[in-house]
Amino acid sequence: MDFELTEEQKLLQKTIRDFAGDKVALDARERDEKSIFPSDIIRELAGLGIMGAIIPSEYGGSGLDYISYAIIIEEIARIDASVAIIISSHNSLCTNHIYTFGTEEQRKRYVIPLAKGDKLGCWANTEPGAGSDAGGIETTATLKNGEWILKGTKLFATQGSVADVIVIMAVTDPSKGSKGISAFIAEKGTPGLRIGKKEDKLGFRSSDTSELILDDVRIPEENLLGRPDAGFADVLKILEGGRIGIGSMAVGIARGAFEEATRYAKKRIQFGTRIAEFQAIQWMLSDMATAIDAARLLVYHAAFLKDHGERCSKEASMAKLFASEAAMNATTKTIQIFGGHGYIKDYPVERYFRDAKLCEIGEGTSEIQRLIIAREILGRE
Amino acid sequence: MDFLFTEEHKALREMVRDFARNEIAPLALKMDEDGDYPKELIGRMAQLGLMGITMPVEYGGAGMDPLSQVIAMEEISRASASISVVMAVNNGLVCEPIYHYGTEEQKRRYLVRLAKGEMLGCYGLTEPGSGSDALALSTSVKKVSDGYIINGSKTFISNGFHSDIAIIFATFDKALGYKGITAFLVEKGRKGFLVGKKEKKMGLLGSDTAELIFDNCHIPAEDLLGREGEGYKIALTTLDGGRIGIAAQSIGIAQACLDESIKYSKQRVAFGQVISNFQAIQWMIADMATEIEAARWLTYRAACMRGKGQEYAKEASMAKLYASEMVNRAAYKAVQIHGGYGYIKDYPVERYYRDARVTTLYEGTSEIQRLVIARELLKD
Ligand SMILES: Cc1cc2nc3c(=O)[nH]c(=O)nc-3n(C[C@H](O)[C@H](O)[C@H](O)COP(=O)(O)OP(=O)(O)OC[C@H]3O[C@@H](n4cnc5c(N)ncnc54)[C@H](O)[C@@H]3O)c2cc1C
Ligand SMILES: Cc1cc2nc3c(=O)[nH]c(=O)nc-3n(C[C@H](O)[C@H](O)[C@H](O)COP(=O)(O)OP(=O)(O)OC[C@H]3O[C@@H](n4cnc5c(N)ncnc54)[C@H](O)[C@@H]3O)c2cc1C
Repeated sequence: MDFELTEEQKLLQKTIRDFAGDKVALDARERDEKSIFPSDIIRELAGLGIMGAIIPSEYGGSGLDYISYAIIIEEIARIDASVAIIISSHNSLCTNHIYTFGTEEQRKRYVIPLAKGDKLGCWANTEPGAGSDAGGIETTATLKNGEWILKGTKLFATQGSVADVIVIMAVTDPSKGSKGISAFIAEKGTPGLRIGKKEDKLGFRSSDTSELILDDVRIPEENLLGRPDAGFADVLKILEGGRIGIGSMAVGIARGAFEEATRYAKKRIQFGTRIAEFQAIQWMLSDMATAIDAARLLVYHAAFLKDHGERCSKEASMAKLFASEAAMNATTKTIQIFGGHGYIKDYPVERYFRDAKLCEIGEGTSEIQRLIIAREILGRE
Repeated sequence: MDFLFTEEHKALREMVRDFARNEIAPLALKMDEDGDYPKELIGRMAQLGLMGITMPVEYGGAGMDPLSQVIAMEEISRASASISVVMAVNNGLVCEPIYHYGTEEQKRRYLVRLAKGEMLGCYGLTEPGSGSDALALSTSVKKVSDGYIINGSKTFISNGFHSDIAIIFATFDKALGYKGITAFLVEKGRKGFLVGKKEKKMGLLGSDTAELIFDNCHIPAEDLLGREGEGYKIALTTLDGGRIGIAAQSIGIAQACLDESIKYSKQRVAFGQVISNFQAIQWMIADMATEIEAARWLTYRAACMRGKGQEYAKEASMAKLYASEMVNRAAYKAVQIHGGYGYIKDYPVERYYRDARVTTLYEGTSEIQRLVIARELLKD
């Protein structure tokens, strides 16, 4: 057992921390206020190899391990979670789905430009009637004259309106429930693929979340991703990695808030002393720091198992559950430590607070994580 | 980063788990009821190397690393927290300081026997008037021509009754503050060293917690531990390590809470189905398991840092704080899952609930852990 990062990981951490401090921090507030998508930052991240972090180099990626990936997401989310979720959904959902379950041809055609960051990815499963019940989707795909025809509506798709490549889950055999779902690769601009409502959100305001309307979208037969009707099992596998991403994002948000809180507590004077001298404040900081460390260790553990090719469904869910609740807690306490100033947009902490909430919802709510964990422990369906 | 146990760690866990399951668990209820444990148990544990886990082999120990100690503590605590406190004190609070601060002579005379289970040790820091503020202690020591004379009393001392030797902290002059504090090795049987009241407690009933009284107790010069005035350093560094032990104890009790909760929830039927079908029960189990995992990694990290010789005080406090608070939540849930039966001594969770409570108190309350952590965080 050894809890130290390798020299490469430490160097990576420093590189990303510097990049986030210099480039991502700039205008983060404005991007949040005006819901500006950070295209420039994404381009620079692509230059650093971050858009293909976990993809092997022969497919245009950086071939990093999942612990390195967790480090990247944490460092970015520490400054701006909207940028982190783009990296996360692009990498661990869209690109990784095509890389893991795609054919050699699909990898060449889609993974390479995605991993290089020349194209942006999106992953669309959720629908108006199917969120937590991810296998209850109703979008259909029918094969007709060598083409798949997709019909339905996808909701809350991250990068929905800006992505070039979209992985879409649809029902191919309605008689088989979640065992009749398949995945497809769609390209931006395909006739029938319309961008619906762009969501106006509590947080993650500079990340794009859109509705996708699939009105007889025609997709070439070879764009079926993975085995037919086996799509839902693949979705579950992909979400394991996704949850490591969301877990790291939560750790990053929590740490960003915690660092702001510490800095503020050391300089704010009330009753003639720095508020950091008050035990009530110290207690909040100690509990935050302890929970953040525990959350990061859970995330790294899940990442470690994934790197070793082991099943990590329970561990990824534990990491995601614990880290997102730690983030919600830490951001709540941070606002408390800031007092009224925490409620005002001059400090980034109210943004952290709004952003943290999504961690308890996206890629499986906290309730769904507990469901998975309990199922693993109690050994039942 | 490497989250894997070595083959030695795995073998140790298996060995201690089997021992705890076969030889301690069957006695746990009786020890709790009798308020005592069979002395032979300590001999058995010593045979397995559990009384001096991290002590070098040449001093009678098992020569293992701090992580091994955590593993062993977890497994023993899973069967009986009373026995694990006996072990934690002997290992972490007695053998460790003698090994680090003792003379070669003291190691030969005491450490070897402590590690082999031929002697049992205790650690006397707390006094009626000084607990969290341990360095405000009043037990006094006076230098005389052929040694020292100690006067005062120590309270809440684990193993106080059964132990053969005590590490005692005393001050030359309270006005010197922490610089006056000095540690001594005091053998039972010395004139003026008396065991006072055996405390009646909420939990850890199988372990003895006693008052120690020093009435003009004369001890020879060679029983000074470390140097004069070095006592505060010995006390504090010893507790840093001890906290990892209490974190491990908390994890062991919590694991027992989870084990029993899983077993019970899968067999108890209500409203026509096993209660494990109810989400309310599943949620408690999922939260217990997640928090146990989190506590484990904090604790293993602190132990690994210690093993590498790195600074680990903050990490040990985080592990102790989180694990001890966590086991109290876990014990609460375990009783809740058992319903009324959880309140009855036919099931062990009633004992876990009582045993868990002390973990946020001794070796530094949760408040003291937060103080240590905050001090590190706010350092300029
Ligand atoms: C900003 C944002 C970005 C997103 N990005 C994407 C994306 O890129 N791709 C994508 O496919 N989706 C995305 N989503 C969708 C997200 O994954 C879903 O919102 C989430 O899974 C919850 O589904 P729902 O909103 O339909 O809630 P519901 O499933 O309707 O849940 C409502 C409540 O019921 C609880 N609940 C549901 N089932 C159970 C149960 N069995 N037991 C106990 N409680 C239960 C839930 O925990 C929740 O509290 C995104 C969402 C947001 C807000
Ligand atoms: C079963 C058992 C076994 C024990 N074994 C040993 C042993 O082997 N050896 C030994 O030396 N001691 C032992 N102890 C003593 C134990 O370490 C002390 O009880 C503990 O340190 C707390 O001290 P106290 O009881 O005097 O509480 P106090 O110090 O009086 O604390 C009372 C309350 O005030 C809080 N408090 C105190 N100071 C501060 C502060 N600065 N900021 C915020 N809050 C504060 C505390 O957290 C607590 O909530 C044992 C105790 C028990 C119950």
